[in-house]
Amino acid sequence: MTVSYEEALQRYEPVFGLETHVELGTRTKLFCGCPTAFGAEPNSQVCPVCLGLPGSLPAVNRMAVEYTIRIGLALNCTIARWCRFARKNYFYPDMPKNFQISQYDEPLCTDGWLDVVAGGTTVRVGIERVHLEEDTGKSLHVGGATGRIHGAEYSLIDYNRAGIPLVEIVTKPVPGTGFLAPGVARAYVTELRDLLRSLGVSDVRMEEGSLRCDVNTSLSARGSGAWGTRTETKNVNSLRSVERAVRSEIERQAAVLDAGGRVVQETRHFHEDTGVTTGGRSKEEAQDYRYFPEPDLVPLAPPPEWVEKIRAALPELPAARRARLQAEWSLSDLEFEALRNAGAVDAVEQTVRAGASPADARKWWLGELARRANDAGVEVVSLPITPADVARVAELVAAGTLSDRLAREVIDGVLDGEGPPDQVVAARGLAVLSDEGALAAAVDEAIAANPDAAAKVRDGKVAAAGPLVGAVMRATRGRADAARVRDLILQRLTGA
Amino acid sequence: MAITRDEVAYLAKLARIALSDAELDHLAPQLDQIITAVAQVQEVAAAGIPPTSHATGLTNVFRGDEPVPCLGPEAALAAAPAVEQQRFKVPRILGED
Amino acid sequence: MELTRLTAAQLSAALAAGEVSAAEVTRAHLDRIAATDAKVHAFLHVAADAALAAAASIDQRRASGERLGPLAGVPVAVKDVFTTAGMPTTCGSRILDGWHPPYDATVTARLKRAGAVILGKTNMDEFAMGSSTENSAFGPSRNPWDLDRVPGGSSGGSAAAVAAYQAPLAVGTDTGGSIRQPAAVCGIVGTKPTYGGSSRYGVVAFASSLDTPGPFGRTVLDAALLHEAMSGHDPMDSTSIDAPVPPVVAAARAADVSGMRIGVVAELSGEGYQPGVTSRFAEAVELLESLGAKVTEVSCPHFRYALPAYYLIAPSECSSNLARFDAMRYGLRVGDDGTRDAEQVMALTREAGFGAEVKRRIILGTYALSSGYYDAYYGKAQQVRTLIIRDFEAAFGQVDALVSPATPTTAFGIGERADDPMAMYAADLCTIPSDLAGNAAISVPCGLAPEDGLPVGLQVMAPALADDRLYRVAAAAEAALTERWGQPLLRQARGLDA
Repeated sequence: MTVSYEEALQRYEPVFGLETHVELGTRTKLFCGCPTAFGAEPNSQVCPVCLGLPGSLPAVNRMAVEYTIRIGLALNCTIARWCRFARKNYFYPDMPKNFQISQYDEPLCTDGWLDVVAGGTTVRVGIERVHLEEDTGKSLHVGGATGRIHGAEYSLIDYNRAGIPLVEIVTKPVPGTGFLAPGVARAYVTELRDLLRSLGVSDVRMEEGSLRCDVNTSLSARGSGAWGTRTETKNVNSLRSVERAVRSEIERQAAVLDAGGRVVQETRHFHEDTGVTTGGRSKEEAQDYRYFPEPDLVPLAPPPEWVEKIRAALPELPAARRARLQAEWSLSDLEFEALRNAGAVDAVEQTVRAGASPADARKWWLGELARRANDAGVEVVSLPITPADVARVAELVAAGTLSDRLAREVIDGVLDGEGPPDQVVAARGLAVLSDEGALAAAVDEAIAANPDAAAKVRDGKVAAAGPLVGAVMRATRGRADAARVRDLILQRLTGA
Repeated sequence: MAITRDEVAYLAKLARIALSDAELDHLAPQLDQIITAVAQVQEVAAAGIPPTSHATGLTNVFRGDEPVPCLGPEAALAAAPAVEQQRFKVPRILGED
Repeated sequence: MELTRLTAAQLSAALAAGEVSAAEVTRAHLDRIAATDAKVHAFLHVAADAALAAAASIDQRRASGERLGPLAGVPVAVKDVFTTAGMPTTCGSRILDGWHPPYDATVTARLKRAGAVILGKTNMDEFAMGSSTENSAFGPSRNPWDLDRVPGGSSGGSAAAVAAYQAPLAVGTDTGGSIRQPAAVCGIVGTKPTYGGSSRYGVVAFASSLDTPGPFGRTVLDAALLHEAMSGHDPMDSTSIDAPVPPVVAAARAADVSGMRIGVVAELSGEGYQPGVTSRFAEAVELLESLGAKVTEVSCPHFRYALPAYYLIAPSECSSNLARFDAMRYGLRVGDDGTRDAEQVMALTREAGFGAEVKRRIILGTYALSSGYYDAYYGKAQQVRTLIIRDFEAAFGQVDALVSPATPTTAFGIGERADDPMAMYAADLCTIPSDLAGNAAISVPCGLAPEDGLPVGLQVMAPALADDRLYRVAAAAEAALTERWGQPLLRQARGLDA
């Protein structure tokens, strides 16, 4: 029995939470000096420390700690005065020591928040903690049908990734979002990603694994006040998947509860192709990680001066930047949100910086370019046109060299790879016909060729000028400025 | 009894040691004796005494973010029981991804 | 002159004066090993070729006029817990049998840089867990005083090598007493430096917050020379002390205790202490008093909880440290027949590769860290640790150094305690408190027990970073005692050369 999303929300209140792992973009790993570059040959970026060889010891990368504090401050967290690393003990071949150096009950940052806008409302997502830990190696499972672990004959492990610094950001549970839950979850990850990118601490590419999300979802019966059992969903590899995973879990759990069943506390796996989650390891018997303070590392006690220095150096955060741009561009909330939803804020900003007016920049990115992007099924920012190009086109229109119509042709040319705007204009001969003599000649020719229309205009039927304008436009292959042509025709025929 | 044979068997599993029955028979009473003895620490009235995890009193020991030479794949894999595609080859892993 | 009978200090002088070459010195010691190690079994690996090559290189450099340090050309034995690049490192365990590390421990590198000639790797209790070397997977070492007795542990091989004149110097590690106790029962000098004084990078970890590399020598001065060469800050070890090595060599030469306040720890005596140990210790204390020290009795009331606290903290840390031995990346792999999964292969390998004591401690540690037990066991032990540190602080507020016997009995017989873990653990009663506190401590021979003619060690304890005080007191005692005996104590050892 399945339950539709709408039905589910009639009976239940969703609560969700997110655990996000961010690979920091430090040059070296968290506990050793091995490089962190993505895509290196297997096991070419390892040393005794990150391989966990007997006798090796960790040494903390100061930059990783700084980045973590930066993230904590940007998320409005309290930075711990004193904290320790802890060992999380469990056996798994991708973990060279069979323990992970992480943080347990003393995270570096706690108790923050991030405001997120979805569906026209602002939701304050609480941040429980931000802590630092080391990443594991990567396994290739060989022999099974799907390359996944089930049915594999053996596995091959590459430890290049082992020891790369990971920051784990855990939200507090987010209740009260109702049917917006999937959207809010997605908006949170989007906002977090943009925030992290602006901080320069990570390249946050979900497709490369430098930003990983696990989503927790639970349902409580409406009006019951009690929170339901939550499941954890892994393998959520894109923003869209975040939204779909929350949604599908809400539907699934509602169906289970409606049928009188019990939601099992477990870890589920999200499938991109089907958009649903499947059950996996049961979390009923929670693993005992036997945490204890890491004896090979001494406590972290970030001096207040250091923390303040980091705070003072924080860049303008995305929310503040958006507010500033919205004011600078004199846009309403709705207008600005439209720009955000189109993913065009940066493009517009850069276009304005390249000399266009905010109105023009917005017009092109939200109008013609958004349409072209939609047709091609891509994001507007991945179109092969730069903000500088767009600014140039706007400039040419403002200068009268191009009409709006011609400008669209120029844009076509740029998108088709014919080169920058000026080159397209020249190559296609798209400049507005400004030679008054040629224009006059074309007007006269059109009048001569369309005597009936001309007569009507002389008689005062100004609307009849239309076909005459059309004739001139055809004759000039669209290069004439239609408004100017109309003026000229009326002048000729009515003396006005 | 401070610890039963079954508990010892469970702990051995947690620690990934495939103890034989004979070993279990031998180790369990010894561990029982030891745990009883070490439980003495509970006699100490230690309310309000902070635990010591690090005796040196050091804090904030860091290194810079400078790359250093790696082992290289050959040295890294030299002692591996099995290697394939320049990776450590391990028997099939059960469980989640 | 019998080169193997010289101290490191004497060898150093002879080498510097050109009276003898490093090659000759090395060859003499390799010969001694060949002649005696079938009986003593101090060594797991003798690196004859490498040692001779290193010696030749030292000779060459000296011949070309290069000024070399005091240990250049002096042979040293290295406990098999330190990684040595290209040389086997087994930690006395089957699970690492055949492993050649791709890197040197910092201590190894420092010894090489000092020009010391590494003769080979010495036997030890498996992964440093034990007090007799009987837990070695490769058979025990034997005490040169009496080959049917243990040389102590876990650094028993290193102690036996020095006591048997196979090497003038050796390095070991001390976690619960594993340098001081073997030194005491073998009649030589052994020091546990201040925790963090000597780098743990490349020391295969047993109990991370306790493991301390340190020196063995036949004399206090020799131990001081090695102590200085192997110690110092290491950025690769985040727990290493960033301060100059205390002036241990100068203190060993000064050897003057007049005016020093020395405290006898009341709790480290009584039941379980062999009468001969107690009497030799008492005489040593009287001697110190006669040399000008002010001796009082001091109480450290929480020391009686030190042993149980240690046997919670150390196994807990080791249960985690030894998790990496899982057959996946190096070492033994058992049971991989193509049908088994990784977990099964791990469990079979660890079953086959670890000895009984290691298994006991891993299980004990897993227990103590489990949720539900953590607070009552590991957590409590960490609190006891605080109390012991405070006991020491209070004591050192009254005295400059503390003394006790190094271990309650002389060397016990091979096999005598092997099946009785609690009896075995009792050997560490006197040494454990310093490990828990991270302080410095030394054992120096103070005589032979009348009932069995076996060596007794005097333990001196000093506050953290005051390692030099150990050498001052130990050297003073050594000088006075040697004068009383008429010759170095070790000359009386008959086990090897009957």
